[in-house]
Amino acid sequence: MNGAISSNRLSLSAALVRHAVLLMTGTLILLPFVWMVSLSIKPPGEIFRASFSLWPAQLYAGENYTKALSETSLLRYMGNGVLVCAMILLSQILVCAPCAYALAKLRFPGRGLLFGLVLVGLLLPHQVLALPLFALGHQLGILNTYAALIFPYIVSPFGIFLFRQFFKTIPDDVVHAARLDGLSELAIVWRIMLPMALPAVIAFSIFSVVSHWNDLFWPLIAVRDQSLMPPPLGIMAFKNEEAGNDYGPLMAASTLVVLPLVIAFLAAQKWFVEGMTGGAVK
Amino acid sequence: MSGPLALSEASDKRSMPIEVPLQAIPLARRRALAEALAALALAGPAVFFLLVLFFLPVAAVFVIALTDWRFGANSLSFVGLSNFREVFADAGFRASLVNTVVYALIVVPGTVILGLLIALVIESGRSCRGFYRAVHFLPFMATLTAMAIAWEALLHPTIGLVNQALAAIGLPTANWLRDENMALPILAVIGIWQNLGYAMVLFLAGLKRIPQELYNAADVDGADLWIDRLRTVTLPMLGPVTMFVVIVVALRAFEAFDTVKVLTQGGPSHASEVLLYTLYRESFEYLRTGYGAAVAVVFLAIVVTLTLVQVRFMDTKVHYQ
Repeated sequence: MNGAISSNRLSLSAALVRHAVLLMTGTLILLPFVWMVSLSIKPPGEIFRASFSLWPAQLYAGENYTKALSETSLLRYMGNGVLVCAMILLSQILVCAPCAYALAKLRFPGRGLLFGLVLVGLLLPHQVLALPLFALGHQLGILNTYAALIFPYIVSPFGIFLFRQFFKTIPDDVVHAARLDGLSELAIVWRIMLPMALPAVIAFSIFSVVSHWNDLFWPLIAVRDQSLMPPPLGIMAFKNEEAGNDYGPLMAASTLVVLPLVIAFLAAQKWFVEGMTGGAVK
Repeated sequence: MSGPLALSEASDKRSMPIEVPLQAIPLARRRALAEALAALALAGPAVFFLLVLFFLPVAAVFVIALTDWRFGANSLSFVGLSNFREVFADAGFRASLVNTVVYALIVVPGTVILGLLIALVIESGRSCRGFYRAVHFLPFMATLTAMAIAWEALLHPTIGLVNQALAAIGLPTANWLRDENMALPILAVIGIWQNLGYAMVLFLAGLKRIPQELYNAADVDGADLWIDRLRTVTLPMLGPVTMFVVIVVALRAFEAFDTVKVLTQGGPSHASEVLLYTLYRESFEYLRTGYGAAVAVVFLAIVVTLTLVQVRFMDTKVHYQ
């Protein structure tokens, strides 16, 4: 046992205290989620009649969720989110993996410089780039399109870095054997390196999808049309329209936006923790 | 880019004994060239996009910050540092900077201390570790825009759970997000709520790396109470992790935006305006491009400083090669 506090088995009372503390903090942590779901299944009358009860006297879930889906373009927002996240992830892997392979396994002049660029890219916060990227998008005439949501993220310095670190752990002999088998360098990247680096690919995919599904800053700048909005922007638009008067459907919509990642997280907790902490946890 | 590199196996010195160096040199050179060309082709797209999407924009931010350019204008002239002078003379910007620092000064200690405590409590026993970890980590990956809306409902002045609970036990209630003194601390509380699971996970990883022998040695030295073990082994061994967590959480605190945008729009009367919100509003709502770029440069300077502090402290621990 990894006893940080006690190197022996906890006494019964200590174990009870531990559970009591964690259940209390856990309840506080979950409170916003619970309250959100609770309001999403209550009728307006019960929402505005202040009460502590989490479960409604009259179940109103059907009405609220139907309204959330029919009176807003929520499904459209979620579809946009899926499309944008998928395109970003696909292009990031297509662009980053070959570069990471070159950095990890090939010798060429400027390799150190390129890796330096990647490390500097890692520390640049994307919000700083928003102004010139907005101007670039304007020049290209792609603002207010799906392309506007995707193009700043075509390459990910973090992706290159993560893949390179993982590729370096794959023995050179594997690469040599693949070359003897007549595989091209590009084929080595796709057919040998990426499959062997599957843990890194999964961790990076989770990081990328969670970041871009949740992102509000860039979509706010890049698109105006409701039909192009990803979920965070769409739900903010819904909130501003409702001006806080129609809590039930608003909470239902919030629940639906949060739900996909929560389900995925609960199903693959370990991968999420690794992906979201950038491999700092091992 | 395929063919020639199949040969490069032979250029490996180990498989190439001492024989015929004279013929090997041009061959090795050709192979090195082929390898370099393949690398160029493989890294080319990434290099192109890194330059166009990261390095040119960064350079452009610095240039724009020195001009009077506005979106849509065809001409610009260099105005030296006047945008920066304007930014720092602006009471609104100074308030935003102070707010951001205050926000970080609440979020960082709150997140680090709570994250550490929860990690220690989770790690002190064996049962339900995965469950507790999942529960506390959940806010970190939940869509913050949507959760901010849930928080707004919790904090609602009349029907919110928080005020109901306070009223029920006879404490004063407040209109949390519309109160000049409360808005920023409340946003900081949401920031702590969102990030403490992240700190916890990093601390849990740090705790796992502490060798059991150190605890055994502490036992031998008479550290019988858990508090002694905590003081003599656990906390000192967590030093580097703690430094890492502090910087990473500070970076996240300085990047706070979503909750401000959704809940307060920087109000009431700029009481919760933070750097990124100022950057967004000046650049994209007021279209004060030069001013916005200057704010971006200040923001970048803060982020880079924090990161360099981290790299310095991590120096001994990070080996990229």
